[in-house]
Amino acid sequence: MRIGDAKQSYEADEAIWTSQTQKLWLGLFLLILLVFPFVVDSYLLYLGCLVGIAVISTTGLNILTGFTGLISLGQAGFMGVGAYTVAWLSINTALPFPVTLVLAGLMAAAVGILVGLPSLRVKGLYLAIATLAASVFLHFIFAEWESVTGGMGGLSLEPAHLFGLAFQSDFMMYFIIVPLAVLMVMAARNVFRTRIGRAFIAIRDRDISAEILGINLLRYKLMSFALSSFYAGVAGGLFAYFYRVVTPESFPLSMSIFYLAAVIVGGMGNLLGGILGAAFMTLVPEALKLLTAALTPFYPNAPVFMSPMLEIIFGALIVGFLIFEPHGLAEIWHRIRRFFRLWPFRN
Amino acid sequence: MDWLFFGEISLAGLAMGGLYALIALGFVIIYKATRVINFAIGEIMMFAAYLFLAFAGGMEMSPWIALPLAVIGGSILGGVIEKTMIRPMLGESPISVVMVTIGIASILVGLVEFIWTADPQLLPNFLPREPVFIGELYLAPKIAYGFLIGSVLLVIYLLYFRFSRGGVALRATASDQAAAYSMGINVRRVFNMAWVFGSLAASLAGVLVAATGGLSPQFGIIGLSVLVVVIVGGLDSILGALVAGVFIGWLETVAGAYLGGEYRMPATFLVLAVILVIRPYGLFGTHEIERV
Repeated sequence: MRIGDAKQSYEADEAIWTSQTQKLWLGLFLLILLVFPFVVDSYLLYLGCLVGIAVISTTGLNILTGFTGLISLGQAGFMGVGAYTVAWLSINTALPFPVTLVLAGLMAAAVGILVGLPSLRVKGLYLAIATLAASVFLHFIFAEWESVTGGMGGLSLEPAHLFGLAFQSDFMMYFIIVPLAVLMVMAARNVFRTRIGRAFIAIRDRDISAEILGINLLRYKLMSFALSSFYAGVAGGLFAYFYRVVTPESFPLSMSIFYLAAVIVGGMGNLLGGILGAAFMTLVPEALKLLTAALTPFYPNAPVFMSPMLEIIFGALIVGFLIFEPHGLAEIWHRIRRFFRLWPFRN
Repeated sequence: MDWLFFGEISLAGLAMGGLYALIALGFVIIYKATRVINFAIGEIMMFAAYLFLAFAGGMEMSPWIALPLAVIGGSILGGVIEKTMIRPMLGESPISVVMVTIGIASILVGLVEFIWTADPQLLPNFLPREPVFIGELYLAPKIAYGFLIGSVLLVIYLLYFRFSRGGVALRATASDQAAAYSMGINVRRVFNMAWVFGSLAASLAGVLVAATGGLSPQFGIIGLSVLVVVIVGGLDSILGALVAGVFIGWLETVAGAYLGGEYRMPATFLVLAVILVIRPYGLFGTHEIERV
């Protein structure tokens, strides 16, 4: 603990940025994000965009699972709803991307509310399985409703556009994805300073007690579902603009598990954790690819073993973090910060 | 409507449902004793089936030796998983424990791909080939004999849990852990045995299902059908696992035959959704009352 940290007012206690140093580091980080696309090669730029999309979706799932305590295995399905909405709108209308992305989010939120409806009657693992059922139905709809979704072949769409400017390259997409990610994480941070966010946390800690305290469970649970799937929908919409093709196989069940894993590895109920987890889980496969490429001259068989290794590492990360570091990367981050702050003393 | 066709499809579905019931029984045993929802059950089945492939195909053992060996291998795997990865999670929130089993599933898929590659494989045929007729209805021999072997184990299990010491210990632990502990039951051992027995049932079913439908690292997806079965039947009900297993197996096969393969999952998940809304604890499950 830092000494002399006593807060004098409620506002000071609720402030997001408590010190000048913090603001300085944040400014530096934003500056790096801004300069990043100008200095790196196309591969890193591509990764940056992927991480941005993953951060949005993970933050959404974190709101639902980490802060409200409702497990969802439907995140990929909600992203699919957003992606198909964007694809359909960009094919059939001339709306610019800010409108289509918001509509994608709203569409996903509507589906999220529908899926969340059983959440008053069922909870915990039963709810996880209800969302699993929802993702099965959504996948079925994506594959079978051919007049809208293009069936198994999917849809291909035009690049995102605004004021006649087409966002064709990864470089330009970066300037949509990353600012949006920053904005949405900040929005999430602010939600948890309001009555709504605190109601979510109360529900997570003990839903029956929360109800006794006067929190309308159904309303807030649905709100959490809506908010979380809005994030997923926007992330899905960005996904559609980024790859410019959407098929039912773009959003498999394993993707939902991926985001759940990102929330856990990052740290449940911690927005910083969501960011770290999303970045980490996106970059691990890429690091493995680099490692494989480096090993191939010595072991020609290395590429064959990459995909199984990836499965093993993915599983081992989930199990390992849950057993040894249940608070995730965020806790490791805090520990490192504490070390420097207290240096040369320990703890 | 062609009643003969319907009858044959139904029969095949019911036989498949018998195997689902066996897997679901394994799932319910684990849940009853340890309150862990095991998302890795499909992967444990898969692992046992690959072991069978290795023993019977690779080492050319007689299938009737390879089958018990594979099943024992699968149950040891269950025991090891419990000891090393589930035990440390004791007392953690159910979300975390479920995620651990999902992680285990991913590790097992990776291991299988590592050892046996990702290509689909066929198991050596070890079941009799003569077609089976029940009245006028034809039933594929693999399915029929698979059902027969599965049912034998199912009956043994039911009798074991009803009458043996170990079975009583398991049921006592399921109904009240603290009381069981104070009566001198070794609860840790019961936990471990539950995983061993649960995986044993799953492993046998895994080999039998793989013998009829082939084997690949995606085999574990069958775990999703089993999940539907146990939720519909009630997570902690053995009777529910049997009834729902047979019903879901039948429904899946009939939906697949009449509407097309892509309707199999939506049909069963529709039943699941309806059950979740009207009877969340399943047809035969215990309705737990939660208090603050």
